[in-house]
Amino acid sequence: MTKVKSSEITPESLYLNRRKFMVGVGGIILSTAGFPGCDNYKTTYEPSKGGVLPDDKLTSYKDITTYNNFYEFSLDKEDVIFAAKDFKTSPWKLEIGGLTEKSLSIDVDDLTKIYDQEERIYRFRCVEGWSMVIPWLGLPLARLLKEVEPLPEAKYVQFMTLHSPSRMPNQKSRSFPWPYIEGLRIDEAMHDLTFLSTGLYGKKLMPQNGAPIRLVVPWKYGFKSIKSIVRILLVEHMPSSLWMKVNPREYGFYSNVNPTVDHPRWSQASERRIGEFGRRETLPFNGYEEDVADLYKGMDLKKYF
Amino acid sequence: MKSSLIVWIKVFIHIAALYFTGLIFWDYLNDQLTANPIEEITKRTGKYALILLVLTLSCTPVKILFGFNQIIKARRQIGLYSFFFATLHFFTFLGLDYSFDFDLILKDVIKKRFVIAGFSAYLILILLAATSFNNARRKLGRQWYNLHALIYPVASIVVLHFAWLVKSGVLEPLLYGTLISLLLILKLSLLKK
Repeated sequence: MTKVKSSEITPESLYLNRRKFMVGVGGIILSTAGFPGCDNYKTTYEPSKGGVLPDDKLTSYKDITTYNNFYEFSLDKEDVIFAAKDFKTSPWKLEIGGLTEKSLSIDVDDLTKIYDQEERIYRFRCVEGWSMVIPWLGLPLARLLKEVEPLPEAKYVQFMTLHSPSRMPNQKSRSFPWPYIEGLRIDEAMHDLTFLSTGLYGKKLMPQNGAPIRLVVPWKYGFKSIKSIVRILLVEHMPSSLWMKVNPREYGFYSNVNPTVDHPRWSQASERRIGEFGRRETLPFNGYEEDVADLYKGMDLKKYF
Repeated sequence: MKSSLIVWIKVFIHIAALYFTGLIFWDYLNDQLTANPIEEITKRTGKYALILLVLTLSCTPVKILFGFNQIIKARRQIGLYSFFFATLHFFTFLGLDYSFDFDLILKDVIKKRFVIAGFSAYLILILLAATSFNNARRKLGRQWYNLHALIYPVASIVVLHFAWLVKSGVLEPLLYGTLISLLLILKLSLLKK
């Protein structure tokens, strides 16, 4: 499987400046320090880390920001942008703790200043059968986890979205066991592909995309990539996610993209790439098999779906 | 008076069907079919087919409750438009979505229960549409009524087809299901009297 550098992907028009710059650099590790308007904007993207396939094109900014699953605001993907437009995401405190030596409580605005932001272009595959290619901005989750020094008993990481029905109107609905919870095994969480995003297309995240900070786990179905996170806890036992509580038969803890394990009601063998007509084959681990298959050695992926 | 009302109703149904079909094309040309146009077309055509199916079923209750016998004259037209949108829906799935890739469809889609439900409902609809004309009706005699009572199972299967597709929250399919059950109960109780 040949992977290409982020600089070889056809970018959006608003990306043109950056592209000119990158073409000039010619390919190795790209640093855009000093890029106008983005003081701490730095790209340390290495092609081997996941990345994209030769025929992947960036999904348009418009599609990424108008077609969203964010049930805290609306069940209608086209409506989320409107339902979330007044959502205030600054100030925003992110807490990291649990089974750790230290704990961390940091405002996300400060976080983006203290930690260098880098860009990762990842495929994003929704369990519903559509996919996008998104240029995220942020930092690997491992950088923050190392900072708090997990204890040996910490086997899992649990993430929680803000729980505030007055600010997230659909949390008044009793159809879901709010708050939104997600979880990863600690080795998944420490994997270099696992990313905390604070922006996309070089801009701050919009509320509908999970502002101000969200998880991105590119080899898992999109719902694992929890949005608008307020708390990250290191825990001993496997957390139960919101979707596992809603329907344990249909949504498992791992939820790795897998074309050979169907959703009980629909096929996962192919997907509709947003912006394209027709279908594409879905790839094992969403195309990141080389990078992550080792995490699941010896596991029956049909059983641990 | 009432005979002119049914004419207006029929004209209205033609215009509405034309409008909503045209709107899909218009929205396609103007990039208004969301980021996922195939899904949007699938959803819209499916929803129109289902709504028209419910309207078809409501003709008999309307006739009996309001003494508006003429409404039966519009029933075939409404039913055929339901079939029309079901046909658009079916070919959107087959052609636009799966590019007539029968390998892919046979390998991993055909076995899904929502596909089985949708496809069987469509097959029955073909049968009903084909026998909806006066000739067929005359030839079939009383059998025609038995055959066309299949519209109730079709409606139930269509609701299942819908419910099996939603990720969570079966509220909308449930609404249609309730409506269809009410219409069936209404019809049966009205006919008994």
